[in-house]
Amino acid sequence: MKVFFNEEHDMLRENLRKFVQNEVEPHAEEWDEREGFPRQLFKKLGDLGYLGLSYPEEYGGGGGDYFTVVILAEELGRCSTQGIAAAMLMQVGCATPPVLAFGTEEQKQKYLVPAIKGEKIACLGITEPNAGSDVANVSTYAEKVPGGWKVNGNKIFITNGVEADFMTLLARTDKTGGPKGISLFLVDTDSPGFSVSRKLHKAGLRSSDTAEIFFEDMFVPDENLLGEEGKGFRNIMWELQGERLVAAASYVAQSEYVLETAINYAKERVQFGKPIIQNQAITHRVADLAARIESVKCLVYCTAWKFDQKQYPVKEISMAKLLAAQLAFDVTDEAIQIMGGHGYMMEYPMQRAFRDARLSRIVGGTDEIQREVIITTLGLRA
Amino acid sequence: MDFSLSEEQVALKKTVHEFAEKEIRPLAPELDEKSEFSWDIVRKAAKLGLTCASVPEDYGGPGLALLDGTIIYEELAWGCVGVTGGILLNSIAILPVIISGSDEQKAKYLTRLTDAENPRICAFGLTEPGAGSDAASIQTTATRTDGHYILNGQKCFITNAGIADLYTIFATVDRSEGVKGITGFVVEADTPGLSIGKIEHKMGLRASQTAELILDDVRVEAENVIGREKQGFSTAMQALDCSRPFVGALGVGVARASFEAALSYAKERVQFGKPIFKQQAISFMLADMATEIDMARLLCQRAAWMLDNGLEASRESSMSKYVATDTAMRVCTNAVQIHGGYGYMKEYPVEKWFRDAKILQIIEGTNQIQRLVLAGKL
Repeated sequence: MKVFFNEEHDMLRENLRKFVQNEVEPHAEEWDEREGFPRQLFKKLGDLGYLGLSYPEEYGGGGGDYFTVVILAEELGRCSTQGIAAAMLMQVGCATPPVLAFGTEEQKQKYLVPAIKGEKIACLGITEPNAGSDVANVSTYAEKVPGGWKVNGNKIFITNGVEADFMTLLARTDKTGGPKGISLFLVDTDSPGFSVSRKLHKAGLRSSDTAEIFFEDMFVPDENLLGEEGKGFRNIMWELQGERLVAAASYVAQSEYVLETAINYAKERVQFGKPIIQNQAITHRVADLAARIESVKCLVYCTAWKFDQKQYPVKEISMAKLLAAQLAFDVTDEAIQIMGGHGYMMEYPMQRAFRDARLSRIVGGTDEIQREVIITTLGLRA
Repeated sequence: MDFSLSEEQVALKKTVHEFAEKEIRPLAPELDEKSEFSWDIVRKAAKLGLTCASVPEDYGGPGLALLDGTIIYEELAWGCVGVTGGILLNSIAILPVIISGSDEQKAKYLTRLTDAENPRICAFGLTEPGAGSDAASIQTTATRTDGHYILNGQKCFITNAGIADLYTIFATVDRSEGVKGITGFVVEADTPGLSIGKIEHKMGLRASQTAELILDDVRVEAENVIGREKQGFSTAMQALDCSRPFVGALGVGVARASFEAALSYAKERVQFGKPIFKQQAISFMLADMATEIDMARLLCQRAAWMLDNGLEASRESSMSKYVATDTAMRVCTNAVQIHGGYGYMKEYPVEKWFRDAKILQIIEGTNQIQRLVLAGKL
């Protein structure tokens, strides 16, 4: 992979790997159990520059290329809890890119700069109970009032929602409906009317906090409109591209990490007088998965290169997300099977990896939605 | 071929289904959350004769055919796989006594399980840390001295350990003889030297207790040998053989539960202006799920029917276990997918069924071992 990564990239990767091994992995079980992690972790990553790797130096970023973010996603993916990857990639790859892309100078100073430092935690407010796959169906309504907007509605499945200091919010500004009536806002979570109604309990990704949020006559000032009014849907579709790509990168890395763990177990576990790795039933399945990992990794890197070149490879991004998510699920499922009874026990990390991986085929656009996107890019929409 | 159930079987299915709906489903989420075994459910199930399906009528059992057993276990598992796991493993655990035990042993032990007012539970003690799929390599020893045996060793992943009143434990009287040295014993729970080690925290099947069993100079009288010395491995394998369709039935039950929930959700959930059931990707997924569940059920019932009719059914038995449990995993995974984000939240039942389904591909002979057995017969 020398094609994509230089020495600086390699050093970044090495440092991130050590960070995850020392600061994250040892706490994986505990954070999964208690459904959260200390919010100071954001600052720790921020201090090390990890939350602004590809952001411009003028905002405190590292000024690196897109592959620096890919590396962040990969190294966070090499962990037995995916919740930290989810939280940090939300910060870096989902909630803040719209601020850089569409924000005013004031907005960048107020939100992007502290987010890069890890001093402000960010979340993204898209999904609603009746607007999951159907994003255009959002009904949270921002009514124009003097000096700003009055927002009413609710959001669900919001990663970082409990801890966040601000939200990049998608709301309807034109009740007549349709995607053109939607806009983006930046909302301080301590705004009167903003409330976290529930912390949601999930099957996996438990170290990452997920919230249900209500807005009741919440006032958002004019200067917090992000980008042009009515361009929210288009802009969030843009945001989803980066979100899907970093997610794909993390799923491939997780798959590789989990397969390594399963192989190591199979080399040591002796049954019927020999290590179980000597059974073709196991090695052939490992071979298939290893081949898939290589090919999806290449797809992710090539697509990341196009993205870095400021191309807009929507088809490849959806393909990468679809295949990487399915890969993570298949690898973790196979890994449990290889570990047999031990794979099912909470004291081993594999069940956590399996539970975490299950969400990958749903979050950031389900498998089915990725297929719909691919169909559109292939010109097959009826 | 007559594929229809008899009137009695239809009535049985209805009774067990109502029991599962009324007594198991309401408690299942909390039992899963707290990892608790429910004696309340077991006692109620015992009153209906559901906890000892394998016991012959002579000893107070319900006198049901194995085919009837697949009906019972499917409906119970539709209620909760964790609860049913405890009940089924109890039924499997006593099988060695039914298969190879003396009349005295049957009279003494089987009646404990069938006592509807005070049902007791049995646990099967075979698996060890170094002997999972390779059951023949167990290390627990049984040293013969003076008309009794002293057992030493450790068992792991034992369902109902700590809850059971009695155990059927497998130990070797002579390690040098390998498989041929293995002997089965009935051991009462309060025997000195027998203790429970670590209780496992599991990803699923949490309404069933799974624990280590420690044997420290456990004295067992000679009359507690099941069948003859050195007959143990063959007895254990026979017990596992005829229980494969039942484990498959557990898979059918949880798959059906997931499928029903997913179908109902897909018809109600509106996105893009219509129920998601109207998306071909979803409806075709559900069509596949319905078909695979039917296939799985038919395989389990066929294997059970063959065993009921005295036919050699090792191949069909292995097929039924691995097909039905692989199906369960697939169906439960797709049910989560159809529910989208809600499928991942604990307030919806499908994520529990997804976690429960996984273990069915591993217990009672992994699906890889099932294929090994089948391949050996081809």
